[in-house]
Amino acid sequence: MSGREYGRLIMVDSVGTEPVAQMVNVQKHFGHLHVLKDINLTVHRGEVVVVIGPSGSGKSTLCRTINRLEPIDSGEIRIQGKLLPQEGRDLARLRADVGMVFQSFNLFAHMSILDNVTLGPRKARKVPKDKAEAEALALLDRVGIKDQAKKLPAQLSGGQQQRAAIARALAMHPVLMLFDEPTSALDPEMINEVLDVMVSLAKEGMTMIVVTHEMGFARRAADRVVFMSDGLILEEGSPEAFFTTPQTDRAKDFLAKILHH
Amino acid sequence: MEYLSRYWTFMAKYNVLNAFWVNVSLTLAAGALALILGTIAVTMRISPVSSLRLASTFYVNVFRDIPLTVVMVIMASVVWMQLNVSFSNDFHTDFYILAVIGLGIYHSSFIAEALRSGINTVPVGQAEAARGIGLTFLQSTRIVVLPQAFRGSIAPIGNTIIALIKNTTVASVTGVSTETSSTMQAAIEMGPQFIFLIFLTFALGYVIIVIPVGVLSTSLSRRLAVKR
Ligand SMILES: Nc1ncnc2c1ncn2[C@@H]1O[C@H](COP(=O)(O)OP(=O)(O)O)[C@@H](O)[C@H]1O
Ligand SMILES: [Mg+2]
Repeated sequence: MSGREYGRLIMVDSVGTEPVAQMVNVQKHFGHLHVLKDINLTVHRGEVVVVIGPSGSGKSTLCRTINRLEPIDSGEIRIQGKLLPQEGRDLARLRADVGMVFQSFNLFAHMSILDNVTLGPRKARKVPKDKAEAEALALLDRVGIKDQAKKLPAQLSGGQQQRAAIARALAMHPVLMLFDEPTSALDPEMINEVLDVMVSLAKEGMTMIVVTHEMGFARRAADRVVFMSDGLILEEGSPEAFFTTPQTDRAKDFLAKILHH
Repeated sequence: MEYLSRYWTFMAKYNVLNAFWVNVSLTLAAGALALILGTIAVTMRISPVSSLRLASTFYVNVFRDIPLTVVMVIMASVVWMQLNVSFSNDFHTDFYILAVIGLGIYHSSFIAEALRSGINTVPVGQAEAARGIGLTFLQSTRIVVLPQAFRGSIAPIGNTIIALIKNTTVASVTGVSTETSSTMQAAIEMGPQFIFLIFLTFALGYVIIVIPVGVLSTSLSRRLAVKR
Protein backbone atom coordinates (compact mmCIF):
# COMPACT_ATOMS: atom_id res chain seq x y z
CA MET A 1 0.00 0.00 0.00
CA SER A 2 1.43 3.35 -0.93
CA GLY A 3 1.90 6.11 1.60
CA ARG A 4 -0.59 8.27 -0.20
CA GLU A 5 -3.47 5.86 0.16
CA TYR A 6 -2.44 5.04 3.65
CA GLY A 7 -3.17 8.61 4.71
CA ARG A 8 -6.80 8.29 3.79
CA LEU A 9 -7.41 5.12 5.74
CA ILE A 10 -6.27 6.45 9.08
CA MET A 11 -9.00 6.71 11.67
CA VAL A 12 -10.41 10.10 12.50
CA ASP A 13 -8.05 12.23 14.58
CA SER A 14 -5.37 9.63 14.84
CA VAL A 15 -1.92 10.96 14.16
CA GLY A 16 0.84 8.73 12.88
CA THR A 17 4.40 8.75 14.16
CA GLU A 18 5.95 8.96 10.74
CA PRO A 19 7.16 12.52 9.99
CA VAL A 20 5.86 13.89 6.69
CA ALA A 21 7.47 17.31 6.94
CA GLN A 22 10.43 18.26 9.07
CA MET A 23 12.04 21.64 9.42
CA VAL A 24 15.28 21.71 11.39
CA ASN A 25 17.03 24.95 12.36
CA VAL A 26 15.66 26.73 9.32
CA GLN A 27 16.87 30.28 8.77
CA LYS A 28 15.65 32.64 6.08
CA HIS A 29 16.41 36.28 5.30
CA PHE A 30 14.95 38.69 2.78
CA GLY A 31 17.90 41.03 2.47
CA HIS A 32 18.52 42.24 6.01
CA LEU A 33 15.12 41.11 7.21
CA HIS A 34 15.33 37.93 9.27
CA VAL A 35 12.02 36.26 8.39
CA LEU A 36 12.46 32.72 9.72
CA LYS A 37 14.52 32.44 12.90
CA ASP A 38 15.71 28.95 13.65
CA ILE A 39 12.44 27.23 12.85
CA ASN A 40 11.98 23.66 14.06
CA LEU A 41 8.75 21.97 13.15
CA THR A 42 7.77 18.37 12.55
CA VAL A 43 4.42 17.38 11.11
CA HIS A 44 3.44 13.71 11.32
CA ARG A 45 1.28 11.73 8.97
CA GLY A 46 -2.35 12.60 9.38
CA GLU A 47 -1.60 15.61 11.53
CA VAL A 48 -3.25 18.98 11.01
CA VAL A 49 -1.13 21.91 12.15
CA VAL A 50 -2.59 25.40 12.21
CA VAL A 51 -0.10 28.25 12.00
CA ILE A 52 -1.33 31.47 13.47
CA GLY A 53 0.28 34.83 14.17
CA PRO A 54 0.34 38.52 13.31
CA SER A 55 0.75 39.70 9.75
CA GLY A 56 4.39 39.80 8.68
CA SER A 57 5.47 37.16 11.19
CA GLY A 58 6.67 34.80 8.46
CA LYS A 59 3.76 32.35 8.13
CA SER A 60 3.53 32.54 4.35
CA THR A 61 7.29 32.28 4.05
CA LEU A 62 7.27 29.18 6.24
CA CYS A 63 4.68 27.56 3.98
CA ARG A 64 6.52 28.54 0.85
CA THR A 65 9.86 27.16 2.02
CA ILE A 66 8.31 23.72 2.48
CA ASN A 67 7.82 23.25 -1.26
CA ARG A 68 10.78 25.49 -1.98
CA LEU A 69 8.89 28.31 -3.62
CA GLU A 70 11.33 30.17 -1.36
CA PRO A 71 14.83 28.77 -0.84
CA ILE A 72 16.23 28.82 2.71
CA ASP A 73 19.55 30.19 3.95
CA SER A 74 20.43 27.32 6.26
CA GLY A 75 18.93 24.40 8.09
CA GLU A 76 17.13 21.38 6.68
CA ILE A 77 13.71 20.68 5.29
CA ARG A 78 12.69 17.09 4.67
CA ILE A 79 9.56 15.69 3.08
CA GLN A 80 8.96 12.06 4.05
CA GLY A 81 12.54 11.95 5.26
CA LYS A 82 14.06 13.17 2.00
CA LEU A 83 15.92 16.48 1.85
CA LEU A 84 14.37 19.06 -0.47
CA PRO A 85 16.15 18.91 -3.84
CA GLN A 86 17.81 22.10 -5.08
CA GLU A 87 16.29 22.68 -8.52
CA GLY A 88 15.19 20.92 -11.66
CA ARG A 89 13.21 17.73 -12.13
CA ASP A 90 13.70 16.36 -8.63
CA LEU A 91 12.27 19.53 -7.18
CA ALA A 92 9.33 19.42 -9.59
CA ARG A 93 8.68 15.83 -8.52
CA LEU A 94 8.71 16.85 -4.87
CA ARG A 95 6.35 19.74 -5.49
CA ALA A 96 3.96 17.33 -7.18
CA ASP A 97 3.75 15.50 -3.86
CA VAL A 98 3.04 18.62 -1.82
CA GLY A 99 -0.22 20.41 -2.55
CA MET A 100 -0.39 24.15 -2.10
CA VAL A 101 -3.47 26.33 -1.79
CA PHE A 102 -2.93 30.09 -2.00
CA GLN A 103 -4.82 33.00 -0.54
CA SER A 104 -5.51 34.35 -4.04
CA PHE A 105 -6.50 30.92 -5.49
CA ASN A 106 -4.13 31.29 -8.47
CA LEU A 107 -6.23 29.15 -10.78
CA PHE A 108 -4.83 29.22 -14.32
CA ALA A 109 -6.88 32.07 -15.71
CA HIS A 110 -6.91 30.96 -19.35
CA MET A 111 -8.01 27.37 -18.68
CA SER A 112 -11.31 25.77 -17.76
CA ILE A 113 -11.73 24.51 -14.21
CA LEU A 114 -11.47 20.94 -15.51
CA ASP A 115 -8.21 21.71 -17.32
CA ASN A 116 -6.88 23.37 -14.19
CA VAL A 117 -7.44 20.15 -12.27
CA THR A 118 -6.14 17.76 -14.93
CA LEU A 119 -3.02 19.73 -15.88
CA GLY A 120 -0.82 18.48 -13.05
CA PRO A 121 -1.72 14.79 -13.35
CA ARG A 122 -1.36 14.88 -17.14
CA LYS A 123 1.90 16.80 -17.38
CA ALA A 124 3.70 15.94 -14.16
CA ARG A 125 2.44 12.37 -13.77
CA LYS A 126 1.63 11.47 -17.39
CA VAL A 127 -1.87 10.26 -16.51
CA PRO A 128 -3.92 9.69 -19.71
CA LYS A 129 -6.44 12.42 -20.47
CA ASP A 130 -9.65 10.45 -19.98
CA LYS A 131 -8.47 8.97 -16.70
CA ALA A 132 -7.33 12.39 -15.45
CA GLU A 133 -10.67 13.93 -16.42
CA ALA A 134 -12.72 11.23 -14.75
CA GLU A 135 -10.79 11.70 -11.55
CA ALA A 136 -10.94 15.49 -11.81
CA LEU A 137 -14.72 15.37 -12.16
CA ALA A 138 -14.95 13.14 -9.10
CA LEU A 139 -12.84 15.63 -7.15
CA LEU A 140 -14.87 18.59 -8.36
CA ASP A 141 -17.99 16.71 -7.34
CA ARG A 142 -16.49 16.14 -3.96
CA VAL A 143 -15.85 19.87 -3.41
CA GLY A 144 -19.32 20.60 -4.77
CA ILE A 145 -18.57 22.32 -8.08
CA LYS A 146 -18.83 19.56 -10.67
CA ASP A 147 -21.31 21.63 -12.69
CA GLN A 148 -18.71 24.42 -13.03
CA ALA A 149 -16.12 22.16 -14.72
CA LYS A 150 -16.34 23.75 -18.16
CA LYS A 151 -16.21 27.36 -16.94
CA LEU A 152 -13.25 29.68 -16.71
CA PRO A 153 -12.03 30.65 -13.23
CA ALA A 154 -13.23 34.27 -13.58
CA GLN A 155 -16.80 32.98 -14.00
CA LEU A 156 -16.78 31.41 -10.54
CA SER A 157 -17.28 32.98 -7.14
CA GLY A 158 -14.29 33.24 -4.82
CA GLY A 159 -15.45 30.32 -2.72
CA GLN A 160 -15.92 28.15 -5.81
CA GLN A 161 -12.51 29.15 -7.13
CA GLN A 162 -10.83 28.21 -3.88
CA ARG A 163 -12.61 24.85 -3.85
CA ALA A 164 -11.42 24.30 -7.43
CA ALA A 165 -7.89 25.15 -6.29
CA ILE A 166 -8.18 22.54 -3.53
CA ALA A 167 -9.38 19.99 -6.10
CA ARG A 168 -6.42 20.89 -8.30
CA ALA A 169 -4.02 20.21 -5.44
CA LEU A 170 -5.79 16.97 -4.45
CA ALA A 171 -5.58 15.66 -8.01
CA MET A 172 -1.85 15.14 -7.43
CA HIS A 173 -2.53 12.81 -4.46
CA PRO A 174 -0.33 14.93 -2.23
CA VAL A 175 1.28 13.54 0.91
CA LEU A 176 0.97 16.98 2.46
CA MET A 177 -1.27 19.96 1.84
CA LEU A 178 -0.19 23.53 2.55
CA PHE A 179 -2.88 26.18 2.92
CA ASP A 180 -1.81 29.82 3.10
CA GLU A 181 -4.75 31.84 4.45
CA PRO A 182 -7.16 30.07 2.09
CA THR A 183 -10.19 32.05 3.25
CA SER A 184 -8.68 35.51 3.77
CA ALA A 185 -9.64 36.76 0.32
CA LEU A 186 -13.21 35.47 0.56
CA ASP A 187 -16.46 37.22 1.33
CA PRO A 188 -17.73 36.07 4.75
CA GLU A 189 -20.59 34.02 3.32
CA MET A 190 -18.15 31.90 1.30
CA ILE A 191 -15.68 31.12 4.05
CA ASN A 192 -17.56 28.15 5.42
CA GLU A 193 -17.97 26.35 2.12
CA VAL A 194 -14.16 26.28 1.89
CA LEU A 195 -13.57 25.46 5.54
CA ASP A 196 -16.04 22.55 5.31
CA VAL A 197 -14.00 21.01 2.52
CA MET A 198 -10.85 21.46 4.57
CA VAL A 199 -12.41 19.94 7.67
CA SER A 200 -13.54 16.90 5.72
CA LEU A 201 -10.02 16.50 4.34
CA ALA A 202 -8.63 16.70 7.84
CA LYS A 203 -11.09 14.08 9.07
CA GLU A 204 -10.03 11.75 6.30
CA GLY A 205 -6.49 11.88 7.54
CA MET A 206 -4.83 14.31 5.17
CA THR A 207 -1.62 15.78 6.55
CA MET A 208 -2.07 19.54 6.53
CA ILE A 209 -0.30 22.76 7.45
CA VAL A 210 -2.84 25.55 7.51
CA VAL A 211 -2.10 29.23 7.97
CA THR A 212 -5.38 30.71 9.10
CA HIS A 213 -6.98 32.96 11.67
CA GLU A 214 -10.18 30.95 11.61
CA MET A 215 -10.29 29.73 15.18
CA GLY A 216 -13.39 27.72 14.43
CA PHE A 217 -11.42 25.66 11.95
CA ALA A 218 -8.53 25.28 14.40
CA ARG A 219 -10.85 24.00 17.10
CA ARG A 220 -12.70 21.63 14.77
CA ALA A 221 -9.79 20.20 12.86
CA ALA A 222 -6.37 21.06 14.23
CA ASP A 223 -4.24 18.64 16.23
CA ARG A 224 -1.80 21.39 17.04
CA VAL A 225 -1.59 25.16 16.88
CA VAL A 226 1.72 26.88 16.21
CA PHE A 227 1.98 30.54 17.10
CA MET A 228 4.50 32.62 15.14
CA SER A 229 5.68 36.12 15.79
CA ASP A 230 8.61 37.99 14.20
CA GLY A 231 9.93 34.88 12.51
CA LEU A 232 9.93 32.79 15.67
CA ILE A 233 7.73 29.92 16.75
CA LEU A 234 6.75 31.23 20.17
CA GLU A 235 4.21 28.63 21.22
CA GLU A 236 2.93 25.22 20.23
CA GLY A 237 0.07 23.29 21.72
CA SER A 238 -3.38 21.85 21.35
CA PRO A 239 -5.97 24.32 20.05
CA GLU A 240 -7.82 24.16 23.34
CA ALA A 241 -4.71 24.92 25.42
CA PHE A 242 -3.49 27.65 23.09
CA PHE A 243 -6.77 29.51 22.82
CA THR A 244 -7.70 29.28 26.50
CA THR A 245 -4.32 29.59 28.19
CA PRO A 246 -1.75 31.18 25.91
CA GLN A 247 1.66 31.37 27.57
CA THR A 248 3.38 34.38 26.03
CA ASP A 249 2.31 38.00 26.17
CA ARG A 250 2.48 38.30 22.42
CA ALA A 251 0.09 35.38 21.96
CA LYS A 252 -2.26 36.90 24.53
CA ASP A 253 -2.15 40.27 22.72
CA PHE A 254 -2.72 38.64 19.40
CA LEU A 255 -5.65 36.55 20.58
CA ALA A 256 -7.21 39.57 22.26
CA LYS A 257 -7.02 41.42 18.94
CA ILE A 258 -8.56 38.72 16.79
CA LEU A 259 -11.27 38.02 19.34
CA HIS A 260 -12.39 41.60 19.76
CA HIS A 261 -12.87 42.76 16.24
CA MET B 1 -8.31 59.81 -68.60
CA GLU B 2 -5.77 59.71 -71.35
CA TYR B 3 -3.03 60.21 -68.76
CA LEU B 4 -4.41 57.41 -66.58
CA SER B 5 -4.56 54.92 -69.40
CA ARG B 6 -1.01 55.78 -70.40
CA TYR B 7 -0.01 55.19 -66.79
CA TRP B 8 -1.81 51.86 -66.85
CA THR B 9 0.04 50.74 -69.96
CA PHE B 10 3.31 51.89 -68.44
CA MET B 11 2.76 50.05 -65.15
CA ALA B 12 1.80 46.82 -66.95
CA LYS B 13 5.56 46.38 -67.51
CA TYR B 14 6.04 46.10 -63.79
CA ASN B 15 4.72 43.20 -61.83
CA VAL B 16 3.35 45.22 -58.94
CA LEU B 17 1.19 42.45 -57.51
CA ASN B 18 4.11 40.09 -57.53
CA ALA B 19 6.27 42.75 -55.85
CA PHE B 20 3.74 43.03 -53.04
CA TRP B 21 3.57 39.26 -52.81
CA VAL B 22 7.35 39.20 -52.28
CA ASN B 23 6.98 41.60 -49.35
CA VAL B 24 4.03 39.72 -47.92
CA SER B 25 5.89 36.42 -48.13
CA LEU B 26 8.95 38.03 -46.52
CA THR B 27 6.63 39.23 -43.75
CA LEU B 28 5.17 35.76 -43.23
CA ALA B 29 8.53 33.99 -43.17
CA ALA B 30 10.41 36.62 -41.15
CA GLY B 31 7.40 37.07 -38.84
CA ALA B 32 7.32 33.33 -38.08
CA LEU B 33 11.07 33.36 -37.43
CA ALA B 34 10.77 36.47 -35.25
CA LEU B 35 7.98 34.87 -33.18
CA ILE B 36 10.03 31.71 -32.65
CA LEU B 37 13.26 33.55 -31.79
CA GLY B 38 11.42 36.13 -29.68
CA THR B 39 9.67 33.40 -27.69
CA ILE B 40 12.96 31.61 -27.10
CA ALA B 41 14.62 34.89 -26.08
CA VAL B 42 11.90 35.82 -23.60
CA THR B 43 11.85 32.30 -22.15
CA MET B 44 15.59 32.58 -21.55
CA ARG B 45 15.03 36.02 -20.08
CA ILE B 46 12.75 34.66 -17.33
CA SER B 47 14.60 31.37 -16.81
CA PRO B 48 16.21 30.51 -13.48
CA VAL B 49 19.61 30.18 -15.18
CA SER B 50 21.44 33.50 -14.92
CA SER B 51 23.73 32.93 -17.91
CA LEU B 52 20.69 32.37 -20.13
CA ARG B 53 19.09 35.55 -18.80
CA LEU B 54 22.27 37.47 -19.55
CA ALA B 55 22.55 36.03 -23.07
CA SER B 56 18.94 36.96 -23.81
CA THR B 57 19.32 40.51 -22.49
CA PHE B 58 22.41 40.93 -24.64
CA TYR B 59 20.71 39.53 -27.76
CA VAL B 60 17.59 41.66 -27.38
CA ASN B 61 19.48 44.86 -26.71
CA VAL B 62 21.93 44.39 -29.54
CA PHE B 63 19.31 43.74 -32.19
CA ARG B 64 16.93 46.36 -30.90
CA ASP B 65 19.62 49.02 -30.99
CA ILE B 66 21.29 48.31 -34.34
CA PRO B 67 19.54 49.93 -37.33
CA LEU B 68 17.82 47.37 -39.55
CA THR B 69 19.80 48.51 -42.60
CA VAL B 70 23.02 47.68 -40.77
CA VAL B 71 21.72 44.20 -39.88
CA MET B 72 20.81 43.63 -43.52
CA VAL B 73 24.19 44.90 -44.79
CA ILE B 74 25.85 42.50 -42.35
CA MET B 75 23.72 39.65 -43.71
CA ALA B 76 24.66 40.50 -47.31
CA SER B 77 28.28 41.54 -47.05
CA VAL B 78 29.55 39.64 -44.05
CA VAL B 79 27.46 36.49 -43.90
CA TRP B 80 27.08 35.93 -47.62
CA MET B 81 30.14 37.49 -49.20
CA GLN B 82 32.80 37.14 -46.49
CA LEU B 83 31.69 33.98 -44.72
CA ASN B 84 30.33 32.41 -47.89
CA VAL B 85 27.25 31.14 -46.11
CA SER B 86 25.07 29.82 -48.88
CA PHE B 87 21.72 28.04 -48.80
CA SER B 88 21.29 27.10 -52.45
CA ASN B 89 22.85 27.24 -55.90
CA ASP B 90 20.67 30.16 -56.85
CA PHE B 91 21.86 33.48 -55.48
CA HIS B 92 18.33 34.93 -55.68
CA THR B 93 17.19 32.28 -53.25
CA ASP B 94 20.19 33.03 -51.06
CA PHE B 95 19.37 36.75 -50.99
CA TYR B 96 15.79 35.98 -50.07
CA ILE B 97 16.79 33.66 -47.23
CA LEU B 98 19.35 36.15 -45.94
CA ALA B 99 16.66 38.83 -45.93
CA VAL B 100 14.29 36.55 -43.99
CA ILE B 101 16.99 35.77 -41.42
CA GLY B 102 18.01 39.41 -41.03
CA LEU B 103 14.42 40.63 -40.73
CA GLY B 104 13.52 37.74 -38.42
CA ILE B 105 16.42 38.32 -36.04
CA TYR B 106 15.93 42.08 -35.97
CA HIS B 107 12.20 41.89 -35.24
CA SER B 108 12.57 39.04 -32.76
CA SER B 109 14.06 41.54 -30.33
CA PHE B 110 10.88 43.60 -30.50
CA ILE B 111 8.70 40.49 -30.20
CA ALA B 112 10.71 39.48 -27.12
CA GLU B 113 10.13 42.89 -25.56
CA ALA B 114 6.42 42.77 -26.43
CA LEU B 115 6.15 39.32 -24.84
CA ARG B 116 8.03 40.50 -21.79
CA SER B 117 5.46 43.24 -21.30
CA GLY B 118 2.81 40.52 -21.70
CA ILE B 119 4.51 38.38 -19.08
CA ASN B 120 4.40 41.31 -16.70
CA THR B 121 0.60 41.21 -16.97
CA VAL B 122 0.58 37.58 -15.72
CA PRO B 123 0.47 37.51 -11.91
CA VAL B 124 3.44 35.67 -10.31
CA GLY B 125 0.93 33.42 -8.57
CA GLN B 126 0.19 31.76 -11.93
CA ALA B 127 3.74 30.48 -12.30
CA GLU B 128 3.92 29.61 -8.61
CA ALA B 129 0.76 27.55 -8.84
CA ALA B 130 2.15 25.82 -11.92
CA ARG B 131 5.38 24.96 -10.15
CA GLY B 132 3.33 24.02 -7.11
CA ILE B 133 1.62 21.17 -8.97
CA GLY B 134 4.97 19.85 -10.12
CA LEU B 135 5.40 21.37 -13.56
CA THR B 136 8.98 22.04 -14.63
CA PHE B 137 10.07 25.56 -15.57
CA LEU B 138 9.61 24.84 -19.27
CA GLN B 139 6.19 23.24 -18.79
CA SER B 140 4.99 26.09 -16.63
CA THR B 141 6.30 28.66 -19.11
CA ARG B 142 4.86 26.90 -22.15
CA ILE B 143 1.48 25.91 -20.76
CA VAL B 144 0.67 28.57 -18.19
CA VAL B 145 2.76 31.73 -18.56
CA LEU B 146 3.36 32.21 -22.30
CA PRO B 147 -0.22 31.57 -23.48
CA GLN B 148 -1.41 34.31 -21.11
CA ALA B 149 1.52 36.55 -22.04
CA PHE B 150 0.67 36.20 -25.75
CA ARG B 151 -2.90 37.20 -25.08
CA GLY B 152 -1.66 40.16 -23.08
CA SER B 153 0.74 41.36 -25.75
CA ILE B 154 -1.23 40.99 -28.98
CA ALA B 155 -1.37 44.77 -29.50
CA PRO B 156 2.41 45.36 -29.28
CA ILE B 157 3.05 42.16 -31.32
CA GLY B 158 0.63 43.54 -33.94
CA ASN B 159 2.59 46.79 -34.01
CA THR B 160 5.81 44.86 -34.51
CA ILE B 161 4.26 42.93 -37.41
CA ILE B 162 3.09 46.18 -39.00
CA ALA B 163 6.60 47.60 -38.66
CA LEU B 164 7.90 44.35 -40.17
CA ILE B 165 5.57 44.64 -43.19
CA LYS B 166 7.01 48.04 -44.00
CA ASN B 167 10.56 47.06 -43.07
CA THR B 168 10.53 44.20 -45.60
CA THR B 169 11.40 46.86 -48.20
CA VAL B 170 14.88 46.91 -46.66
CA ALA B 171 15.29 43.43 -48.20
CA SER B 172 16.51 45.34 -51.25
CA VAL B 173 19.73 45.79 -49.28
CA THR B 174 20.42 42.05 -49.36
CA GLY B 175 19.64 42.02 -53.06
CA VAL B 176 15.98 41.00 -53.18
CA SER B 177 15.27 43.12 -56.26
CA THR B 178 11.72 41.96 -56.95
CA GLU B 179 10.21 43.55 -53.85
CA THR B 180 8.14 46.75 -53.83
CA SER B 181 10.67 49.47 -53.08
CA SER B 182 13.03 48.21 -55.78
CA THR B 183 10.14 47.91 -58.23
CA MET B 184 8.94 51.40 -57.36
CA GLN B 185 12.39 52.85 -57.82
CA ALA B 186 12.76 51.18 -61.21
CA ALA B 187 9.36 52.49 -62.28
CA ILE B 188 10.17 56.03 -61.21
CA GLU B 189 13.43 55.95 -63.15
CA MET B 190 11.70 54.79 -66.32
CA GLY B 191 8.61 56.99 -66.02
CA PRO B 192 9.42 60.13 -64.04
CA GLN B 193 6.32 61.81 -65.50
CA PHE B 194 4.20 59.36 -63.49
CA ILE B 195 6.09 59.81 -60.24
CA PHE B 196 3.06 60.92 -58.26
CA LEU B 197 0.84 58.05 -59.45
CA ILE B 198 3.58 55.49 -58.94
CA PHE B 199 4.08 56.70 -55.44
CA LEU B 200 0.33 56.64 -54.78
CA THR B 201 0.00 53.10 -56.15
CA PHE B 202 2.61 51.68 -53.80
CA ALA B 203 1.47 53.72 -50.81
CA LEU B 204 -2.09 52.50 -51.35
CA GLY B 205 -0.87 48.90 -51.59
CA TYR B 206 0.74 49.16 -48.18
CA VAL B 207 -2.29 50.78 -46.64
CA ILE B 208 -4.46 47.94 -47.98
CA ILE B 209 -2.12 45.37 -46.42
CA VAL B 210 -1.54 47.12 -43.10
CA ILE B 211 -5.08 48.17 -42.21
CA PRO B 212 -6.49 44.63 -41.81
CA VAL B 213 -3.51 43.66 -39.65
CA GLY B 214 -4.19 46.61 -37.36
CA VAL B 215 -7.91 45.87 -37.17
CA LEU B 216 -7.26 42.19 -36.53
CA SER B 217 -4.76 42.85 -33.77
CA THR B 218 -7.06 45.31 -32.03
CA SER B 219 -10.03 42.96 -32.12
CA LEU B 220 -7.96 39.90 -31.12
CA SER B 221 -6.36 41.72 -28.22
CA ARG B 222 -9.82 42.57 -26.97
CA ARG B 223 -11.38 39.17 -27.64
CA LEU B 224 -8.53 37.09 -26.25
CA ALA B 225 -7.80 39.22 -23.18
CA VAL B 226 -7.50 36.94 -20.14
CA LYS B 227 -10.28 37.64 -17.65
CA ARG B 228 -9.12 37.61 -14.05
N1 LIG C 1 9.61 38.22 -1.55
C1 LIG C 1 9.86 39.01 -0.48
N2 LIG C 1 10.85 39.92 -0.51
C2 LIG C 1 11.13 40.69 0.56
N3 LIG C 1 10.47 40.63 1.72
C3 LIG C 1 9.47 39.74 1.83
C4 LIG C 1 9.12 38.89 0.74
N4 LIG C 1 8.08 38.10 1.13
C5 LIG C 1 7.82 38.46 2.39
N5 LIG C 1 8.64 39.43 2.82
C6 LIG C 1 8.66 40.03 4.16
O1 LIG C 1 8.91 38.98 5.08
C7 LIG C 1 8.13 39.15 6.25
C8 LIG C 1 7.28 37.92 6.46
O2 LIG C 1 6.34 37.84 5.43
P1 LIG C 1 5.24 36.71 5.34
O3 LIG C 1 5.91 35.40 5.42
O4 LIG C 1 4.43 37.00 4.13
O5 LIG C 1 4.40 36.97 6.66
P2 LIG C 1 2.92 36.53 7.00
O6 LIG C 1 2.47 35.53 6.00
O7 LIG C 1 3.01 35.99 8.38
O8 LIG C 1 2.10 37.78 6.96
C9 LIG C 1 7.33 40.41 6.05
O9 LIG C 1 8.00 41.48 6.70
C10 LIG C 1 7.34 40.62 4.56
O10 LIG C 1 7.25 41.98 4.25
MG1 LIG D 1 0.85 35.63 4.67
